[in-house]
Amino acid sequence: MVKFLMNVAGRYVALAAGLMFLWLLMSGFFHESTLLLFGVTSALLCAWLTLHMGILDEDSVPLGLLPGIFLYWLWLVIEIGKANFIVAWQVWSPKMSLSPRMIRVKAKQRSDTGIATFANSITLTPGTVSVEVLKDDILIHALTDGLADVAAIEDMGDKVCRVERGAKNPKKTGATSTHNHVDGGKT
Amino acid sequence: MDSVIHFASLSFFAAGSFFVLTGALGLLRFPDFYTRMHASGITDTMGADLILIGMILQSGGDWQVIVKLGFIMFFMMFTSPVSTHSIAHAAWVGGLNPLIGPELTHEDIAPDRDDETQGEGV
Repeated sequence: MVKFLMNVAGRYVALAAGLMFLWLLMSGFFHESTLLLFGVTSALLCAWLTLHMGILDEDSVPLGLLPGIFLYWLWLVIEIGKANFIVAWQVWSPKMSLSPRMIRVKAKQRSDTGIATFANSITLTPGTVSVEVLKDDILIHALTDGLADVAAIEDMGDKVCRVERGAKNPKKTGATSTHNHVDGGKT
Repeated sequence: MDSVIHFASLSFFAAGSFFVLTGALGLLRFPDFYTRMHASGITDTMGADLILIGMILQSGGDWQVIVKLGFIMFFMMFTSPVSTHSIAHAAWVGGLNPLIGPELTHEDIAPDRDDETQGEGV
């Protein structure tokens, strides 16, 4: 359905339809025709303003992520739950066994939205915070050795890549940084 | 049936409060700025979400309240990591060194304040 709308009239129609749906959900007016008309008008006006300002692109209306992102969020919620228990255990244990580390993880995502999704997922998972986001890697502060699992975090990045694979442009030419693990070197 | 839902929602409130308390305790116990951010992350994710689920169970089937609480959960998922990241990045660019390793030693790895290479972030 979304793909069909995109092929017919692009992001403009998808954005307007999404805004109208949001307006209906938030207001709950289904039978007041005057108010419905105002809602439709304001949704169309907002979509037109977005188009007119020139910010209607892949990053503001990321339709390419749409089918896969929900499954990814479901997986992410489970990961967040697991990491929460690890950090909560550290907080309550009488003798904390922290060993903070800075690690560097490759970000192979093609779009800015993809990199932002990856960095946000890392920060949402307690125990890892993305400190610096560069073009093809992310600097992460991890709370313990167990949480500083580069392979697991890059697996998360691969999942984001798979979600954004639906979009058109070719994949970004590979990440060139060879150091994916600095434990003390300057950036 | 109502009492079951009521009890479930009270359990979610209790669990959420426990995780908010955990975040606060971690904020006090952890040694430096970067590690304390991880503790506040518990409050943002598990604490807030469990309390919101408890509220959804209290709504009594009013779908609009459920939808709006769902939107709060949705936007929390986007705003809280962005604010955490911007605080962390400000500290890093400002030259605050993290404690590293099991011995929690201070290491001079953060960039200097007037490093010209900064600002190339996406």
